[in-house]
Amino acid sequence: MLRFISRRLLVMIPMVLLISVIVFFVIQLPPGDFMSSYIAKMEASNEVFDQNTIARMRAQYGLDQPWYVQYAKWIAGILTRGDFGYSFSYNRPVWDVLSQRMGTTLAISLTTMAFTYLFSIPAGIYSAVKQYSFGDYLLSVIGFLGMGTPNFLFAIILMVISYNWFGDPMLGLVSQQFVNQPMSWAKLLDILKHMIIPVIVIGTANTCGLIRTMRSQLLDEISRPYVLTARAKGLSEKRILYKYCVRAALNPIASTIGWSLTSIFTGSTISAIVMNLPTQGPLLHQALLNQDMYLAGSWLLLMTVMILLGTILSDILLAWLDPRIRYVKAR
Amino acid sequence: MNQNKKKPQGGLLRRLLGQMGFLPQRMVVDETEAYYAASQWQLMGRKFRKHKLARIAMVVLGLLYLQALLGQFIAPQGLTTYSSAFVNCGPTPIRIVDDSGRLRAPFVYGIATERDPVTMRKHYTEDRSRIYPIQFFTRGEPYRFLGLFESDLHLFGVGEGGRIFLYGTDGGGRDLFSRIVLGSQVSLSLPLVGLSVSFVLGLVIGSISGYFGGIVDSIIQRLIEVLMSFPTLPLWMALSAAIPPRVPMLQMYLLITMILSLLSWTGLARTVRGKFMSLREEDYVMAARLAGVSDRKIIMTHLIPGFMSYLIVSMTMSVPAMIIGETSMSFLGLGLRSPVTSWGVLLKEAQEIQNVALYSWKLIPLVYVIVTVISFNFFGDGLRDAADPYT
Repeated sequence: MLRFISRRLLVMIPMVLLISVIVFFVIQLPPGDFMSSYIAKMEASNEVFDQNTIARMRAQYGLDQPWYVQYAKWIAGILTRGDFGYSFSYNRPVWDVLSQRMGTTLAISLTTMAFTYLFSIPAGIYSAVKQYSFGDYLLSVIGFLGMGTPNFLFAIILMVISYNWFGDPMLGLVSQQFVNQPMSWAKLLDILKHMIIPVIVIGTANTCGLIRTMRSQLLDEISRPYVLTARAKGLSEKRILYKYCVRAALNPIASTIGWSLTSIFTGSTISAIVMNLPTQGPLLHQALLNQDMYLAGSWLLLMTVMILLGTILSDILLAWLDPRIRYVKAR
Repeated sequence: MNQNKKKPQGGLLRRLLGQMGFLPQRMVVDETEAYYAASQWQLMGRKFRKHKLARIAMVVLGLLYLQALLGQFIAPQGLTTYSSAFVNCGPTPIRIVDDSGRLRAPFVYGIATERDPVTMRKHYTEDRSRIYPIQFFTRGEPYRFLGLFESDLHLFGVGEGGRIFLYGTDGGGRDLFSRIVLGSQVSLSLPLVGLSVSFVLGLVIGSISGYFGGIVDSIIQRLIEVLMSFPTLPLWMALSAAIPPRVPMLQMYLLITMILSLLSWTGLARTVRGKFMSLREEDYVMAARLAGVSDRKIIMTHLIPGFMSYLIVSMTMSVPAMIIGETSMSFLGLGLRSPVTSWGVLLKEAQEIQNVALYSWKLIPLVYVIVTVISFNFFGDGLRDAADPYT
């Protein structure tokens, strides 16, 4: 097992390096750089720059060098000092900007995940046991609608409903009057209220997918011969279902936990922009619009690394839960 | 929904379904002989027809594409036509009963404008003194049909002086219905163009990988793994941020298409490679080889048709992601931009919640997106079931 894990981690290293090259290449693709968009913005408010100042500012940020030199400096900084570069628009190191939003991102992602699993597993079991019942069809329809509606559009619909009914679109994570207040019960309640829409929006697609998976997995298990054996031996239906079938059906679902956390992380990008959440998503959007290249680059790199880690975690979980896979891999 | 997964036992279920009207009559009668004589594609067609939702989805998609094809004819107005007198005007109600309670052919009332004395916002009401019957195949704004010939024939319209906005107007006083219909030409064609690009890429790269094996295969597989580990939407966003703001319409369209297909060929290449590798070892390939059939012929006539159906299925399944990708990027202002019009571009007006709350018809493009995506999902589902007609 340890060898399996370490080998997977070792393979990751060249992949991450390759990814970082691609990311940086993509990020510097837009014509112009932060300076040119900054100057354009400043000139709109009647500030004039002479060529010397511009050149000096470019040189200060290393923007006058070719992209591979900038890349080499960037990656060297990450590897030697853990320095992800400087965010031009925030005037702070990239890492500061990213880590500041890490807490809220994690909180929303974890809540969403808990919601996803707590709802989808029982729903999947119900759907499989009562196959072709009204509830099953209802869940199927909801499932397809949920998978078909793009998350961020779903967010708009819910926000409009909330605006029409409560007069508040629930933008952001906390109401205006609580922004600079210390933590209190009222504020916590307010935050929880603001979490409802994000959790539903971000979780729906995943939940619907999981219900479908759970349903089909359980249907597969229920028709296995061992169920017949168990029934012939006089085990109660409940015991057959929960002790044997559900357990076996949960394997593939449990193994995707790692993967689904990262998918929530990155999948929520656009809905977070729409809902104006203080998470990582809007950060990328702003960074791309402002050509804040180190911020956007580090964001993409970190997310990709997280996806890689999530995949590895899923593989490990799967190998741990299902011995058959481990043996095949070892050979 | 899953009844087609289980094969009818002894024809009982089939007869039952036939009696309830789920199956056409000719399928209820004994068809064992026809079943064994049918070709693979016939079997697929038969199985696909059994998937009710997929059939409905196919009809819906057919209508949507027909509407896109005939866009200029169906839309009463062009993309750039606007009237500043009718900004944010609600959908025009179509009536069949007039004030005196008399039933008559569909008509609309004239639109009267008044200002709210408090908010100064424009209000549109029906001017019941003016009646405009809806005319079909009427002459209106001239257009160039698919770039082929000039015409001014429109599907419907109201006479001189009247206005008909089926879905209301946008903030620029442009008819939303026309814009949705014309926008569907972009929104619906873009995933197909993107698909063809990624289809060719996936087929070529996948075959190379599966056919040569060895070091070439490893390199390609690692590359695919790297591409697959990127978060799709954020990378699309980053790439489309690289498109210069002032590029010609056609070029922007092509660039966005390229971006969308750049990441989506990987899954296909994997399928092709896997199929290549497993089919290569099949007995019938060995038999063909022993019979002296050339490699090229084996690949073209025995291998590729063997997994073509899987390819088509996996292509269909990736359409929804492309539509959602294009819509969300255009919505965020990173993808297509005006004057190119797609559903995502139209939805940009829905970014302001207050705007939507006041003018709810601005969400109508959203309905089109959802219907299209769900239809493609069901269609792909039906195709997937049909792709394996022997189970």
